[in-house]
Amino acid sequence: MRRYLQEFLKGIIRENPTFVLALGLCPTLAVSVSVINGIGMGLAATFVLLGSNIIISLIKNVIPDRIRIPCFIVVIATFVTINELVMKAYSPVLDRALGIYVPLIVVNCIVLGRAEAYAQKNSVLNSLFDGLGMGVGFTLALILISAIREFLGAGTILGHTLIKGFEPVFVLGMPSGALLLIGLLLGFFNVLKNRRA
Amino acid sequence: MIVSTSPHLHKKESVSQIMWLVVVSLIPTGIAGVFIFGLSALWVILLGIISALITEGVLGLFTKRKVTLLDGSAFLTGLLLAYNLPPKVPFWLPIIGSFFAIAIGKQVFGGLGQNIFNPALVGRVFLMASWPKYMTIFSKPLNYDAITSATPLALLKEGRVLENISYLDLFLGKRGGCIGEVCILALLLGALFLLYKGYISWHIPITYIVTTGVLTYIFGQKGLFSGDWLFHILSGGLILGAFFMATDYVTSPLTRKGQIIFGIGCGLLTAIIRLWGGYPEGVSYAILIMNGATPVIDRFTKNRIYGTK
Repeated sequence: MRRYLQEFLKGIIRENPTFVLALGLCPTLAVSVSVINGIGMGLAATFVLLGSNIIISLIKNVIPDRIRIPCFIVVIATFVTINELVMKAYSPVLDRALGIYVPLIVVNCIVLGRAEAYAQKNSVLNSLFDGLGMGVGFTLALILISAIREFLGAGTILGHTLIKGFEPVFVLGMPSGALLLIGLLLGFFNVLKNRRA
Repeated sequence: MIVSTSPHLHKKESVSQIMWLVVVSLIPTGIAGVFIFGLSALWVILLGIISALITEGVLGLFTKRKVTLLDGSAFLTGLLLAYNLPPKVPFWLPIIGSFFAIAIGKQVFGGLGQNIFNPALVGRVFLMASWPKYMTIFSKPLNYDAITSATPLALLKEGRVLENISYLDLFLGKRGGCIGEVCILALLLGALFLLYKGYISWHIPITYIVTTGVLTYIFGQKGLFSGDWLFHILSGGLILGAFFMATDYVTSPLTRKGQIIFGIGCGLLTAIIRLWGGYPEGVSYAILIMNGATPVIDRFTKNRIYGTK
């Protein structure tokens, strides 16, 4: 049990997909404008990661090595389609806010990266916890980035105004501001890591 | 990277001495700015400088690096940033701008001599992208009988006629604009002082200004070779940028040939942004883009070492 817990936890801090592996930056830059978007994107990616990791580790022995990437993509695309249809049916507002970035989870490097680097070499249970941990780590990173961006860039958190008369930092609402912020956060986490080491 | 070959001459001037002399050369501009726009301009300048110094000191202590508070570079960054702001901005704008300029524009890269981009311009562009509504409100000159509050270049962009502004008005600073860019006379005084002392060379400023002038002359509003080149040279931040910000030692090329390429590039970009871009003024963006190209220019204009190919 402890091993599974470790597989789960490593995705959150030690191998956080956004801040340590620096994967999946494109959706991070694009959708982290508001916290709601961040949570929605994070949960969608977690669902896809979980499903694709389980299926790929189940069929890892029957996939020919040479065409493994197309096989992974087919599996991932299946889950993305499920995810997209569910989202369209039950929360059309979020679906419109995330737009093209939901179907683009197919080519999200976190999902493909975990399939290639982990799920095709490990057991089903391990892959399940790996996918879950990575998904939660991605979601937490998105929540952190989008909370800062929404607060500074629009003056709100989850749509509520916190400080009256606050002048929003316009640039943080744009992808260039997100890039700047992610760079600063990456540097900050590296400082913390180096200090502990 | 070593660009020049030995023997190297030793000069008595230190970095901090040069920095303080550049500050001195900018004093007439500041006086002119305060005279034209009133005391609010002085507050903007003071807040910019103080915030830059505090940021430099605190970050120096925090990173346990040698504290470079008094070498004049932070002072100069704060001063230049304030000169690039409109005279009536909210008090927190120069404070945040200076903080950003020093913290992100300079210290993140490792302090003086390590930064890729001109820190003052990084601060200005950040403010421009974050609070555009404050960065584009220009108040009327106080002690002059001013005609308009928008900058001449902004009016030109909107396609309005500019008959009311004479070249002399532009030269003396009778127009809306940033604190340090309006009075060309004061800027030229400071620039001549720096040229005379040899702290800046003519290569970047002259090629920069001439390129902008030639391009704006060729692509005039009424057809080819009809542009009002003198207007374009005298308005906007071109003189301030060309003499005081494009010539920054850290972020501009080292060799003469490189400096000429740098100046032409800046002029080209400025003219393109002014004539066809979305913004009325492009000096700060032009210099920042060419700052990014400086390492490449340096690599390709390295002086040949004797005895090598």
